[in-house]
Amino acid sequence: MSDETTGSGAPVRVPFMQRVLDNPFILLFIGIVFPAVFYIIWGIMEIVNIPIAP
Amino acid sequence: MSNATFRTCPESGLQFHKPAELLMRAHAVVAVVILLIGGIAALLVTLTRWPAIHLLPADRFYQLLTTHGVNMLIFWIISFEIAVLYFCSSTLLRCRLATPKIAWLGFTLMLVGIIVNNAAVASGTASVMMTSYVPMPANPNFYLGLILFAVGALIGCFVFLGTLVIAKDEKTYEGSIPLVTFGALTACIIAVFTIASGAIVLIPTWLWSLGYVNHIDAAMYRIVWWALGHSSQQINVAAHVAVWYAIAAIVFGARPLSEKVSRVAFFLYIAFLQLASAHHLLVDPGLSAEWKIFNTSYAMYLAVLASMVHGLTVPGSIEVAQRAKGLTNGLFEWLRKAPWSNPIFSGMFISLVGFGFIGGISGVVMGTEQINIIIHNTIYVPGHFHATVVIGTTLAFMSLTYFLIPVLFRKQVAFAGLAKWQPYLFGIGMSVFTLAMMGAGTLGVERRHWDMAFTNSALGFEYPASAFTLMGIMGISGVVAILGGAIFILVTVVSVFFGKSVESESSYGIATTRLSRADPVLVPDGGHEAAGKWGFAAPGTFVLALFFLMIFVLYYAVNWKYLASVWPMS
Ligand code: HEM
Repeated sequence: MSDETTGSGAPVRVPFMQRVLDNPFILLFIGIVFPAVFYIIWGIMEIVNIPIAP
Repeated sequence: MSNATFRTCPESGLQFHKPAELLMRAHAVVAVVILLIGGIAALLVTLTRWPAIHLLPADRFYQLLTTHGVNMLIFWIISFEIAVLYFCSSTLLRCRLATPKIAWLGFTLMLVGIIVNNAAVASGTASVMMTSYVPMPANPNFYLGLILFAVGALIGCFVFLGTLVIAKDEKTYEGSIPLVTFGALTACIIAVFTIASGAIVLIPTWLWSLGYVNHIDAAMYRIVWWALGHSSQQINVAAHVAVWYAIAAIVFGARPLSEKVSRVAFFLYIAFLQLASAHHLLVDPGLSAEWKIFNTSYAMYLAVLASMVHGLTVPGSIEVAQRAKGLTNGLFEWLRKAPWSNPIFSGMFISLVGFGFIGGISGVVMGTEQINIIIHNTIYVPGHFHATVVIGTTLAFMSLTYFLIPVLFRKQVAFAGLAKWQPYLFGIGMSVFTLAMMGAGTLGVERRHWDMAFTNSALGFEYPASAFTLMGIMGISGVVAILGGAIFILVTVVSVFFGKSVESESSYGIATTRLSRADPVLVPDGGHEAAGKWGFAAPGTFVLALFFLMIFVLYYAVNWKYLASVWPMS
């Protein structure tokens, strides 16, 4: 939820970064996608592209 | 939820969900037993690499090196980490643990995995070392054990995530989760990636060892294996940093200097720390310089930045707490008058300093593509990672254990006098050990090498005499550190299984009674800056940080200079 209410009932806008940090599943997503793309997939693509010796 | 399923620790005020408590105990006990097995192997391996003793024959050396590497790096640390995850979720958020029965299934799988893997190595048919690089084959049970363990640990991670969901639903906390739990969440996320990579690489390798798969590409194996091998170290980093924050709060009542900054630093770990795995492949052919440099430099530096933030804020928060209690003289009264005879604190502080100064600085040097070549595959590498996983993680976990013995196991700490000295023996022994390894590695001594004298070898090599001296120093200091480790196991086992219960006397055995209920820190008149100096709330820590940076820059520059002499190209 992006809004929370204060004691007086007025909604307070929770900053975007805090919403990200407060959501374990978004963090889980980032923590898997970043290394999967930059380290594993990119690395494997480079290995796959090595030409086979004739 | 009935109160009968919860217990509140009278000394610390922590609330334990009883099923979670049992699970934490089981994981911690298994972890310590594994530490014992890994420690015995450490002694034998160290006595072999000490040239004057050169204890074991070659085949036994590699068998025990495998036992040591796998048990220490994977089984000890991850077993303890699952206990930490349950503690940081169920206990710190004061809620029930999600699905304890499934958590027991995870525990059982981990235990069976440990036994199956160790039995394979003990049979002498799996001396492939922890990396088990293909095409070197091992007994299929070696891989099967690791897979079972990984599945069990993955279950533990999801139980942790489920517990966070329960705590949020049942509103057992307000706002964001506490920082220590956030650190544990970081460890858990990295663990999920690590374990998934482990499954991707080990399941086909297991099938290959059984003959169902024809070929595993060695280069491909190395990429995916290091997503397991190195990321597992990052679980440790996140977990032990969380433990540092916890101990600062337990012993001093310290609060992070800025929760926001610390959380963002953990976030940098989540996004970037795992990419550093690439530094193991810096000399692999087939991978481009772009891939290597992006992953090990640009991305890794963001994670290093995060470690430096934690390295600054943990002692900084301790300094602020100590100054608020009136220890304001000079730059370092807060540190001089810290409870150095309390192993919870001393262990944690040695862990922090050793991790930063020895493990951190050497890690950045190793992660730089050009200067990495000076020490690639030398004994410098185990020198670096014994500073991170042994001084950093293992010592932090040992310190936390001194807190958990009374609080979780409800036992007094036995042999209190020995326990006081234990972190010093272990931490200082390991510091000398790692520095000696790094020195020998800089002179070219290989890692995983049974005989540095190359006796009767067709293609021998003569190391300078100083390399032999350094390996001797490594041997002596290694034995001192092992003695420290043995004392830890003695204290833990005697306290937990034969110790007096905490209720039977008021004392904890060591002076933790007062400390585990650290007084909350009150903000002094004029704010924390008023108790500091030069407008800084933590001037001592600032000076320490400048000292750290100076050594960092110097060492980094010296390595570039040294590179010029390794490659005489003019
Ligand atoms: C007092 C404690 C310890 C001592 C004296 C010790 C000593 C050693 C020695 C001599 C080696 C062999 C280095 C080589 O020849 O390449 C080694 C390797 C290793 N140690 Fe330790 N160690 C200790 C504790 C630990 C702990 C607590 C961990 C992990 C948490 C650990 C993880 C490893 C790993 C992963 C290897 C590399 C194995 C391989 O190359 O396959 N050690 N240790």
